Amino acid sequence: MIFGARTSTFITGTNHLSQLMLQVIYALVPATLVVLYFFGWGLVSNLLLSLIFALGLEASFLKLRQRPISPALQDLSITVTAWLLALALPPYAPWWLILVAMLFAVIIAKHLYGGLGYNPFNPAMVGYAAVLVSFPLQMTLWPAPLQSGFGNIDFIQALQSVFASPIPRWDAYTQATPLDHAKVNLGLGKTLAEIFQQPPFNGLGSPPIAVVNLAYLLGGLWLIYKRVISWHIPSAMLGAIAVLAGIFWLINPNQYPSPAFHLFSGATMLGAFFIATDPVTASTTLRGKLIYAAGIGGLVWVIRTWGSYPDGVAFAVLFMNMTAPLLDQYTQPRVYGKRGKR
Amino acid sequence: MSTLTNKLWRNHGGLHLPEHKTISTQQPVQCLSAANLPELVIPLLQHARFYPEPVVKVGNNVYKGQALAKAKGYSSLPIHASTSGQIIAIEPRPIPHLSGLNDTCIILKPDGLDTWTPERLEPLANYTDYTAERLRQRICGAGIVGLGGAVFPAALKLETQGTALHTLIINGAECEPYITCDDMLMREKAQEIIAGIQIILHIFHEHTDPKGLHCLIGIEDNKPEALQAMQQTLAHSQDSRIQVVAIPTIYPSGGEKQLIHILTGREVPSGQRPLNVGILCHNVATTRAIYRAVVLGEPLISRYVTITGSGIKAPQNVEVPLGMPIKHLIAAAGGYTQHQPALVMGGPMMGINLANDTLPVVKATNCILVEAAIQPPPALPCIRCGKCADVCPVSLLPQQLYWHARARHLDALEHHHLFDCIECGCCSYVCPSHIPLVDYYRFAKGEVLKQRETQEKAELARARHEFRQERLERLKREKAEKLAQHKKASQEPTAPSSEVDSKKVAIQAALDRVKAKKSPAPSVSEDKPA
Repeated sequence: MIFGARTSTFITGTNHLSQLMLQVIYALVPATLVVLYFFGWGLVSNLLLSLIFALGLEASFLKLRQRPISPALQDLSITVTAWLLALALPPYAPWWLILVAMLFAVIIAKHLYGGLGYNPFNPAMVGYAAVLVSFPLQMTLWPAPLQSGFGNIDFIQALQSVFASPIPRWDAYTQATPLDHAKVNLGLGKTLAEIFQQPPFNGLGSPPIAVVNLAYLLGGLWLIYKRVISWHIPSAMLGAIAVLAGIFWLINPNQYPSPAFHLFSGATMLGAFFIATDPVTASTTLRGKLIYAAGIGGLVWVIRTWGSYPDGVAFAVLFMNMTAPLLDQYTQPRVYGKRGKR
Repeated sequence: MSTLTNKLWRNHGGLHLPEHKTISTQQPVQCLSAANLPELVIPLLQHARFYPEPVVKVGNNVYKGQALAKAKGYSSLPIHASTSGQIIAIEPRPIPHLSGLNDTCIILKPDGLDTWTPERLEPLANYTDYTAERLRQRICGAGIVGLGGAVFPAALKLETQGTALHTLIINGAECEPYITCDDMLMREKAQEIIAGIQIILHIFHEHTDPKGLHCLIGIEDNKPEALQAMQQTLAHSQDSRIQVVAIPTIYPSGGEKQLIHILTGREVPSGQRPLNVGILCHNVATTRAIYRAVVLGEPLISRYVTITGSGIKAPQNVEVPLGMPIKHLIAAAGGYTQHQPALVMGGPMMGINLANDTLPVVKATNCILVEAAIQPPPALPCIRCGKCADVCPVSLLPQQLYWHARARHLDALEHHHLFDCIECGCCSYVCPSHIPLVDYYRFAKGEVLKQRETQEKAELARARHEFRQERLERLKREKAEKLAQHKKASQEPTAPSSEVDSKKVAIQAALDRVKAKKSPAPSVSEDKPA
């Protein structure tokens, strides 16, 4: 009897790339539901447009590069990128803003470098940073949570906002984000105690965005439990933010927000569990992961505190992406039977 | 029993694999006879290193146990006839090897009598009366190799190298899925294994560490019957030097260096042998073969083989005469269940794919696995998820190795310790992109070795060229010097500096005197008496 030729190993595990990606999407469900509750049609339009643009661009670029299309779409990596960007962009974002973000994410950050696995920079963050730098006005127009939910803005108004011009009296629906508000007012010489008494805080801290962050945290912990990601990157990033914020907060609590404020504002949890953990662009050794993520955490705090942007997750991630190959090179684990560190 | 502590160490990485072991342990071991087969195919080279030299010719009649080829020089091993019969050919045949190439085989047609040779090796039942050297010679003469799979000559491994031995480790881990031949051997032949251990301990009695020599038998805890059998036999033997240790079932804890670390907490330095740190490791089946060679005078002509997998009707273990074509084993195990496209020698993680079932059983054959062909899903891009690095038992960074292997960065590969890879396959198994990582490492190892060879050749050629240039120049220089010397010598009279010169001077003086005598000189005549 004649048998086929192959070399070992002859069995493979049940892990599959698309399954990993699917688990990341599952982990995004709690945060998606919370954001949906606060912003209504604003997220629906973001998600739909992101997915359509991302899949369309991915497919056409694969065709242009003469690569098989369906396996690449089935691995769901582009779906995750689109989903993350949809959550990161302001709800009710105009269609062209999403398209520009996707052009940068899919084409410049991903395919020009060779596609999945070869991109040195996180595609979603490249897309986000590109539109943040190019269209600062649109990017800071965040509608107020709940006020812009399903009850207040209907489907027609949402369509109008996305495809034509902002709906009339759009100002009534927008609001500075907590990080933005704190930054602007600190710049005006107010103390944090005063700032937290005004809207959007009203003495309560920043409940909606804190709930969103909690939802990301929940999904992220599930990813760690499912071993899709390891604990190293989230803990080092959150730890670095907490330590830096804590030190300065203890020195001057009126000038520097508390660690809790930093951890549950802006894109902290999204960044820690879903962005910094992107394996393609992160360091892969254990020590490398810790240094990489601590660098992101530190930069996030520095940009928020002294930079000109209210939040700095995207820039911090992109900056540390550059260091990942170097970190991998110098943090190799000690191999069996080798003396010394390497 | 011994009072040694049972502390175990944890290796990095490793995997819990589906075991599939119980399917082949339901029946006692069947002993297959070669007497009625049309032919046995016995490859000359069944061990690592060098070829033996055939000592039989086509047409010769041989007895069971008779040497067919004798060791030629150091680290080659003899092979023996597994049954009596006639040599019908010595020719290249396909052998069970990764390459799928042909190699010289001795073809034996059994006569059906299975008669033992009258010149059997003398049984050395009282082995303690013999020197370590004599025992090693016997083990070499019986053609014993490491039966765990590496087929390294056992006698070579038993050579004392100046380092005193403190721990003998007997490998009964059998960590690969499906394989159960060591398990069954321990259940059925525990006594012979223990006796073999005692022989090895005796061989090292003059090279024992001052603190003592003890033996640890490492067995994975998924083999309760084997553990029990070994423990009971050991209790009977009352040998306090030997201890059975159950270790957790984690692939690949049966790797030599992995097992050493689990049992002793010591790491064998990269590129060295365990004996360099006073440890020796042998497989249980090798130990049993040593017992039979020394005490019974039996060469290695059969071994336990597991025939298993969903493609086999009655999976089981058999004791097989070496050289028996695999199809006869499969027939003995009830035959194939249906058309099965994957035939593997060894386990599913590190085994080798066989092209067909007419290939013979050799010393390295521990398992014949017939399994529904698992067509791997097409490989997707590496997303550097690092799952491979989590499971690597050697703490390598497989994703980096893969990256550099693809790019043929040979220097970077060595910097990432490519040659410490044991090819266990854990990384390939867990890869969510189903990349055949181990294939890349095998390829990369070949490339690096090829490059080294080219470099060495170039280096040698350069050295030769330089030497030749230097020699030519030296000859030229010497010639020139000589010429100059000659000229100098012919131009001016030499000073009486050397012996030769003084002789010349003396000769010259004598000639002068003769000349003076011949030529009539007034002064001379004046001197003469008138």
